[in-house]
Amino acid sequence: MARPDGSTRTSATGALPWQLLLPSLAALALLLLPVVGLLVRAPWSTLPQRLGDPAVFEALRLSLLTASAATGCCLLLGTPLAWLLARTDIPGRKALRALVLVPLVLPPVVGGVALLTAFGRRGVAGRWLDEAFGLSLPFTTVGVVVAQTFVALPFLVLAVEGALRSADPRYDDVAATFGASRWQTFVRVTLPLAMPGVASGAVLAWARALGEFGATITFAGSYPGTTRTMPLAVYTALNSDFDAAILLSLVLLVVSVGVLALLRERWTPGVSA
Amino acid sequence: MNAPCAAAPRRLVAAGLGLLLVAATACSASSDAGSDSGSSSSSDSLELTVLAASSLTEAFGELAKTYQSDHSDVQVELTFNSSSTLAEQVVAGAPADVLATADEATMQGVVDEGLTAAAPEVFARNRLTLVTPADNPADVASIDDIERGDVTYAVCVPDAPCGAASRTLLDLVGVRAEPVTEEDNVRDVLTKVTTGEVDAGLVYASDAQAAGSDVTVIDVPESDQALNADVIAALTDAAEPDAAASWLELVLSKEGQQVLGSYGFLPAG
Repeated sequence: MARPDGSTRTSATGALPWQLLLPSLAALALLLLPVVGLLVRAPWSTLPQRLGDPAVFEALRLSLLTASAATGCCLLLGTPLAWLLARTDIPGRKALRALVLVPLVLPPVVGGVALLTAFGRRGVAGRWLDEAFGLSLPFTTVGVVVAQTFVALPFLVLAVEGALRSADPRYDDVAATFGASRWQTFVRVTLPLAMPGVASGAVLAWARALGEFGATITFAGSYPGTTRTMPLAVYTALNSDFDAAILLSLVLLVVSVGVLALLRERWTPGVSA
Repeated sequence: MNAPCAAAPRRLVAAGLGLLLVAATACSASSDAGSDSGSSSSSDSLELTVLAASSLTEAFGELAKTYQSDHSDVQVELTFNSSSTLAEQVVAGAPADVLATADEATMQGVVDEGLTAAAPEVFARNRLTLVTPADNPADVASIDDIERGDVTYAVCVPDAPCGAASRTLLDLVGVRAEPVTEEDNVRDVLTKVTTGEVDAGLVYASDAQAAGSDVTVIDVPESDQALNADVIAALTDAAEPDAAASWLELVLSKEGQQVLGSYGFLPAG
């Protein structure tokens, strides 16, 4: 039955079944032990001077900037697409929906190669961009945002589409009978109703963009300040200075968990509930 | 409205159980395979694991064939990556018999951990060269041209052997233009050039040769003063120390040196 107040079942009593408890504990161990490992192995004694390294700040600034820009792009492009998939009957909608999810299953490195064949200097669209406007995406911060948007977009589309499907379309019909245009209905009725889905989709997209590695390093390269985001900096540091790699990982972990916790409390109570 | 909501979790559970089953069978299959190779390796064929710098891909590939024709009981497993990545993996306990790095400094880290069976030996030297895409879109004629504002170029990260040598070379030549990207290993630099994403890249002569007609090679005479020494060592924890020793023997032999020479490497001496 529907529970509009959102309460959870409390009727079940008795001991916790081991069939559920054991796998849960194993899952928790798998998820948390690596974090414990990072904390144990962290170079605590040299932490202050390592944190003062401008390269750390530079990579973090770039990561936050690009992930936020990518989330903005996802919202601008993904919300209309989700509406198209959820609320219209365009031909080939199901096939389109499946195609939108491709970046979810594609290994990010393959995504990077695909982006190169599309937007690289000799790519299908990239060649034209270069010749017509002198625009080249690889090795630029914009290229990083494009790669992150590519991998994060399906998360937003899925979340918004789900929210649109579960929202009652009759509100839209009512708005239409009052004379609202389809655009007005979308802005004033559909979107506000789907807001929790939009917000949680944006959070997911941001987290995915922040952790993006494979598509970025393949498509945008790696250079301090322009394209070397935190995950790329971690990878590069692994080759020379393991402690620095751990430190960078910790910083990324603290910042992303902090931001997500903050967002959940302030903006998206629906996600944390 | 109600029915699909109730059915969804059940389907999810079924899917989850399916995954668990797959995982369980995969685990048992891999452990079986592990014990199989463990018990049979002494009688049938043993496995020699060689970790080598990515610039050695073709040369070691051919040497592995030569080696296996002489040692039919040994299966040579080659892994190529950035020298520093491989060294890090050895220090972290990756099971391997032989390590070959593209410079001495990287190998030294493994030596310092006491993980090499004997002192590393120089088996080849590698010289940097400038490569451009085959059609040389930016008309690069010499290394000085990458100083021009419209030329983009790629190098290895300074921490990788090829990156350290590139830094030395660029300083020698007096080029101050920044690269557009610092790749983690030399083959990634080469890829950026062969795909035409950059106008030029600094790679080893052996890589340029491996790329064949996909690149145009521009010699940099000054790179004679920025040579990297390729070094090789058997590892303390080698599972197959005898096979490791005979691999080193082959690489250092006249035959091995000829193979390396044919792939663009300079002799060790």
